[in-house]
Amino acid sequence: MLNIVVCIKQVPDTTDVKINPKTNTLIREGVESIMNPFDRYAVEEALRIKEQHEGKITVLTMGPPQAESILREAISMGVDEGVLLSDRAFAGSDTWATSYTLANGIKVLGKFDIILCGKQAADGDTAQVGPGIAVHLNIPQLTYVKKIEKIEDGKVTVERLIEEGYEVIEASLPCLMTVVKEINEPRIPSLKGMMKSKKAEIKKISAADLDVKAEYLGLDGSPTQVVKIFSPPQRQKGEIFEGEVSDIVEKISGVIKGIN
Amino acid sequence: MDYLLTEEQKMMQDLARKIADEKIRPVAKELDETCKFPYEAMKVLADSDLFGVYLPEEYGGFGGGVFELCLVTEELSKACGGIAVCYAASALGTLPILIMGNDEQKKKYLPDLASGKKLAAFAVTEPEAGSDASAIQTTAKKEGDHYLLNGMKHFITNGEVADTYVVIAMTNKAKGARGATAFIVEKGTKGFTFGKKEDKLGIRASATSELVFNDCKVPAENILGKEGMGFIATMRTFDISRPGVAAQALGIAQGALDLTVAYAMQRRQFGKAISSFQGIQFMLADMATEIEAARALVYSTARMIDAKKGNVAGVSAMSKMYASDVAMKVTVDCIQVYGGYGYMKDYPIEKYMRDAKITQIYEGTNQIQRNIIAANLLKESRKK
Amino acid sequence: MKVLKGIQILEDKCVGCQACLGVCPYDAIYMQGKKAKIDYDKCTLCGACVLKCKFEAIEMEKKAGFKSVVSLEDAKGVWVLAEQKNNKVQSVSYELLNKGRELADELKVELTAVLLGSDVKEEAQCLIHRGADKVIIIEDTTLNHYQSGPYSAVITEIIKKYKPEIILAGATTIGRSLVPRLAIKLNTGLTADCTALEIDKKNKLLLQTRPAFGGNIMATIMCQNHRPQMATVRHKVFTEATEDQSRKGEIIEEKVSSELLNSDIVLKDIVEEIEETINISEADIIVAAGRGIGTKENLGLIEDLAKALNGAVGASRSIVDAGWVPYSHQVGQTGRTVCPKLYIACGISGQIQHLVGMQSSDVIIAINKDADAPIFKVANYGVVGDLFKIVPALTKQIQASGK
Repeated sequence: MLNIVVCIKQVPDTTDVKINPKTNTLIREGVESIMNPFDRYAVEEALRIKEQHEGKITVLTMGPPQAESILREAISMGVDEGVLLSDRAFAGSDTWATSYTLANGIKVLGKFDIILCGKQAADGDTAQVGPGIAVHLNIPQLTYVKKIEKIEDGKVTVERLIEEGYEVIEASLPCLMTVVKEINEPRIPSLKGMMKSKKAEIKKISAADLDVKAEYLGLDGSPTQVVKIFSPPQRQKGEIFEGEVSDIVEKISGVIKGIN
Repeated sequence: MDYLLTEEQKMMQDLARKIADEKIRPVAKELDETCKFPYEAMKVLADSDLFGVYLPEEYGGFGGGVFELCLVTEELSKACGGIAVCYAASALGTLPILIMGNDEQKKKYLPDLASGKKLAAFAVTEPEAGSDASAIQTTAKKEGDHYLLNGMKHFITNGEVADTYVVIAMTNKAKGARGATAFIVEKGTKGFTFGKKEDKLGIRASATSELVFNDCKVPAENILGKEGMGFIATMRTFDISRPGVAAQALGIAQGALDLTVAYAMQRRQFGKAISSFQGIQFMLADMATEIEAARALVYSTARMIDAKKGNVAGVSAMSKMYASDVAMKVTVDCIQVYGGYGYMKDYPIEKYMRDAKITQIYEGTNQIQRNIIAANLLKESRKK
Repeated sequence: MKVLKGIQILEDKCVGCQACLGVCPYDAIYMQGKKAKIDYDKCTLCGACVLKCKFEAIEMEKKAGFKSVVSLEDAKGVWVLAEQKNNKVQSVSYELLNKGRELADELKVELTAVLLGSDVKEEAQCLIHRGADKVIIIEDTTLNHYQSGPYSAVITEIIKKYKPEIILAGATTIGRSLVPRLAIKLNTGLTADCTALEIDKKNKLLLQTRPAFGGNIMATIMCQNHRPQMATVRHKVFTEATEDQSRKGEIIEEKVSSELLNSDIVLKDIVEEIEETINISEADIIVAAGRGIGTKENLGLIEDLAKALNGAVGASRSIVDAGWVPYSHQVGQTGRTVCPKLYIACGISGQIQHLVGMQSSDVIIAINKDADAPIFKVANYGVVGDLFKIVPALTKQIQASGK
C-alpha cells in the first residue's frame, strides 16, 4: 500500500492574463482559475502508480478557499482525498514560506511514501517549491522525472531528464518527485468521478493545526518580495515584404546574409 | 437560451464538450480523410462513463434517458458528426435490448455496453429493403434450440467494430409484417462475417459495413421478445432513438454556425469584417433561429419520451425530420458565408455539410418521417 | 498564533482612481462607493497594488521574520556557481561570469566562482580567464556528476564559511534542482529564471527581473533582509564573458568532510540522446513550423530549409500535440525558450504561449497567409503569403548561393 501525496496549485489561466500596454494595468476578462497545468501530470502519475500498486492518493493545496475547486477536480480524476491548507496567515508567501507550509501540512497528514509535484507553477514559473519541500522533510528529491521505471522493495527507479538525454536514478522511499510533461497524458475526469467529487468532503487545515513558527509563514516567511510589475518590452512591428515570390526570396536572403 | 438543465445534466454536457474539444476536434480532419475508426475517442468516452448515460444504474449506467443521450451526442457532433455517430449508433443497437430484452439478456449484454467496453449496432437495412423494411430477405430458420440465419445486411453503422448486433430477420415470410424476429448476434459467431466497408460522402470516421450471415447459428434465447416481434422492436426502438439522430444534426448545425460566426468576424472585405454586412447578418440570424427552434423541439420530445407520457411516434418523427433539414440548410449556408474558402478542404466547414446530409436519410428518410407524422395526425383527428 | 491582515487601504488617502483594481491579478480589490476595498479571501499579498498606487494609499506590513544563516553584516562578494559536465565548464557559467563581473564591479567587491567535480583544477583557470578573481574548487570522485544531496550539502558549507552577498547560478536542470535546496538550507531568498540583473543605486541590493504569468508580465524582485541574494539565469540570456588568457587569480582548494558527500540517490546510468538535428536551445538559427504547414509530410520543406541554413527545426505546440514532431522541438511556454540569431516562423499564428518562447530572438522572420496573425507583431520582417511557394524557393536560393 503506497501513500501518495500530490501537491497542486490553483493558478490564473495564464492565457488570459495580459497587460494593457497603454495603461500598464492587467486586463482580466473573466480570468478563470485552473489547476496548474503541470500539476495535472503529477495527479495523473499518482493515479497510474495506484493502478499498478495498491495505494491511497491525497491531493493537497495551499491557497485561498476557492482553491477547493481544484481539489475536487483531482477527485473527479480519481484521487481519494482532497486537503485544503488555508489560512490568512499563509497569504503573501513566496516559495520559501510555501514549501515550509506545505511540508508541515504533509507532516500532519501522516505517513507518506511518495510526494509528487508538477515541474513548476504557471504563474510564478520558479520550480522551487518541490525541492524546498524535500529539504524541509529531509527526503530525497528526484526532479524532472520523465518516467517511473519501477517501485519495488521500498525503492523507486526513475528516468530524470537532463539536457543531453536522461539519467537513471534510484532512491529509497519516502521521496519527492517533480514530473515533466513527457511523463504521461492526463486523463479526462469520468462522470462517476465528477459525481463523487461533488459530494466529497474536503479536509481543511489551518495554521493552528500545524506545528509551525509564525515567522516562517506568509509574508514574514518570504525573503523575496516583488517591488515592480511591468509589461514586457514590446517588439516593434517590422517590415512586410511584398511582391513576387522571387522578390521576397531575394529580400529574405539579404536579411539572412546580413545576420552573419 | 437556458435549457434549465439539472446539475447532473450540466456535468454530462460539460464533460462531453471537454472531450469533444480536447480529443475529437484535433483528429476530426485526419479521420475524415483516412476513414479510420476513432478507437481512441471511443476509449476516452468509455473511461469517462458517457456510454451509459441513458442506461439504468443496475446495469452500470447513470439512470438517465434519451435526453441525456441527446445532450452528449449534440456536444460530440459539434466537433465531428462522424465520430459522434459511432457513439450514438451504439446506443441505437443497445436500445432494442433495453426495451424488449428479458432480465437474463439485459444482465448479459447491458453492462459491457454501458461501460463502453463493447459497442453495439442495429442491423435492419438490406440492398432490397431500405425504407421498405418489410422487404427484408434475411431468413432465420428454427432448428431445435437455435436458429440459422442466412442473408446479408448493408449500410450498418459500427459494422465490424461492434461486438453486439441486433439483427432483424424473417422467421415466417407468410405472416408479412408479423413474420420478422429480432435476434442478438455476437461478433465471432460461426457463420457471421463482414463484407464491404463503404466509402461515404460524409461521417467518414464511422464504419459502415455489410454483415454476411451464412448458416449463422444463433441460440433461441437470443430472441428479443418473441418470434414475430421483429418489426415491433424496430418501431419501438426508432420511436425513441430519433431524437438522438436529431441531436447529431443539431450538433453539426451548431458546430458549423459557431465556426462561421467566428470566421465572419475575422474575414475582411471592402474594408470591414463581413459580419458587419446586413446580408451576412440576416443569414446568421436565420440560421441561429432555426437551430434554436429545432433544439426546442428535440429537447421537448426527448423529455416527453423519458417521462413516458403519451404517444411519441409523431413528435419523435418531427424532431428528426426538422433538425436534419435545418442542419442541411444551415451547413449549406455556412459554406456560402465562407465564400471561396468554404469550398476548400483546407477549411473545416465543407465537412459539416457532407456530414449533415446523412441525417436526412438514415434512421428513416425524411420522407418516411413525413409519412409517420401525417399518419399520426390523421389518427388523432379520427379520434376526435 | 496572531493572524495578520498584512495589507490595508488607507481610506483618507484613497481617491477612488481604481488603478489598483486594474493591476490585481487575483481580482481581490473592489469599489465600495468611492473607496477601494480589499477582499481578504482572495488577496495573496503579492503587493502589486501597493506599487501601482500613486497616492500611497495602500499599506503592507512586513515584519523582520526569520533570519538567514548568513548575516546581513557579514555578507560580501559576488559568487557564480559554475557547472561542469565531464569536468568541462559549461558555457552558461561564462555567461554568468560576464554579468557577475559587472555586478561585482558596481559593488566594488570580488567575483568568485565555485566549481565542484572530480578533476577540475585546470578548468578552474578558465574561470579566471573569464573574469573570476577567485575560484573555490572542491574535488572528489563522488562530485563528478551532479547529485542533489552532496552538491547542496557541500556548497552550503562553503557558503557558510565564505558568506557571499550575491550568488548567481544557471537555471539549468542542475541549477533548478540545486539552488532551491540552498535557499531553504540557508534561510534565504531565490529568484529563478531572471532575465535581467542590476544593482539598485540607492540600497546596493540586487534587482532581479523575471517573467511571470507565462511571460505576460515582468516582475522585479528583491531579497532585502536575507543573504545571500540568489538568482538563477537561463542559458543564453546573457552573453559569455570574453576570454583573457593573461588574467590572474587565486584558486582555493577546499576539502569537506566525507559525510557531506553521501548521496540519498543512486545514479544507475546516464543515457545520452543526441539528436540528428541540433539541440534547439543551442541553435543560432531556427526554422519553425506551425499548423499552417498542414500535414506531417510537409515538414520536409521546413527541414530542408533548416538544413540549408545549418539550423535547427522548431515547432509550435499544435504540431507537437498532433504527433508530427517530437516534444524536444517545441518552442513556447510549455516547451523550450530559445533566443537564436535568426528565427523563421512558417505557418505559425503567434499565440502568446509560443511568442513567450522565442520573442527574444535577435531577428524574427514570419511567413503566414493570414495578415492578422499575431506573429507579425513581433516579427522584424514579415511575409503575408504562401509558405509552400516561399519556403522551397528560399531553400533553393540559399543552397545555390552556397551559404
